[in-house]
Amino acid sequence: MLITVLFYALATVLVGAALGVVLARNPVRAVLSLVLAFLVSAGLWLLLQAEFLGLVLILVYVGAVMVLFLFVVMMLDVHLASLREGFTRYAPLGGLVALLVIAEIIYTVWVKHLGVRLEGWAADLPDGVSNTQQIGEQLYTTYLLPFELAAVILLVAIIAAIALTLRHRDSLKHQDIAAQVAVRREDRVRLVKVTVEKQP
Amino acid sequence: MSGLSAVGLPHFLVLSGILFAISIAGIFLNRKNLIVLLMCIELMLLSVNFNFIAFSHFLGDLAGQVFVFFILTVAAAESAIGLAILVVLFRERSSINVESLHTLKG
Repeated sequence: MLITVLFYALATVLVGAALGVVLARNPVRAVLSLVLAFLVSAGLWLLLQAEFLGLVLILVYVGAVMVLFLFVVMMLDVHLASLREGFTRYAPLGGLVALLVIAEIIYTVWVKHLGVRLEGWAADLPDGVSNTQQIGEQLYTTYLLPFELAAVILLVAIIAAIALTLRHRDSLKHQDIAAQVAVRREDRVRLVKVTVEKQP
Repeated sequence: MSGLSAVGLPHFLVLSGILFAISIAGIFLNRKNLIVLLMCIELMLLSVNFNFIAFSHFLGDLAGQVFVFFILTVAAAESAIGLAILVVLFRERSSINVESLHTLKG
């Protein structure tokens, strides 16, 4: 009973937050609605006993990705009115497509039952076994290679983001370490033969 | 299982379907604002993750949760690179309007 109440409460907030993302006039409000959507989904994932992923969603998404979005939204000085034109023109089409998708999914799930037998809620984990531990065991045994590849993907993303946004400005003074190290004596020291004049 | 009394797999699937449909509508509505498009993609990925976790729980298979882990990784990388491209675009064009991206004439 508690689960049902929690599910409907969280689901209502989630759909409202998603609508807020889509319909918000101000991008900052859209980002904040998306943060709310992620928080509520983390709650729903906890309801499904996926504690590790729920907390990862909060830490990684709300803590890192959405803050990045917020930075970018606030950094860019965007002219809002020009971006909103065409909003109402495409509203009927967008709404129609959304309704079609919802109708199809409801038909498949409620009417056709997906063709599988659904057994209801899974049993609780036994004492001393946690969701995090189970995922860790899977990650470091069965999925070791994909896990390492995910790390490489993150590295590639870091390098790509830095390389894309890095800006070389000629006006800045900077040291050229390689040139400093490669300098030789002949480049710097010049021995000049001075003709000595007779002292008075 | 049936009716509104017990929440089961169909409820979660319909919820994620509604989320996905809202983000599709968002892509239609905000087709000029690049940053809202990126946010709609994030919302889509969230709804896909919802499906994975719901199936993982109700079918008792942990592989779905491991898959969500990888999707989260790739989505974080994607949004970082997307935002970097957005910043470079804004520096070049002083606008994030999708229609100012017509240089390639594709």
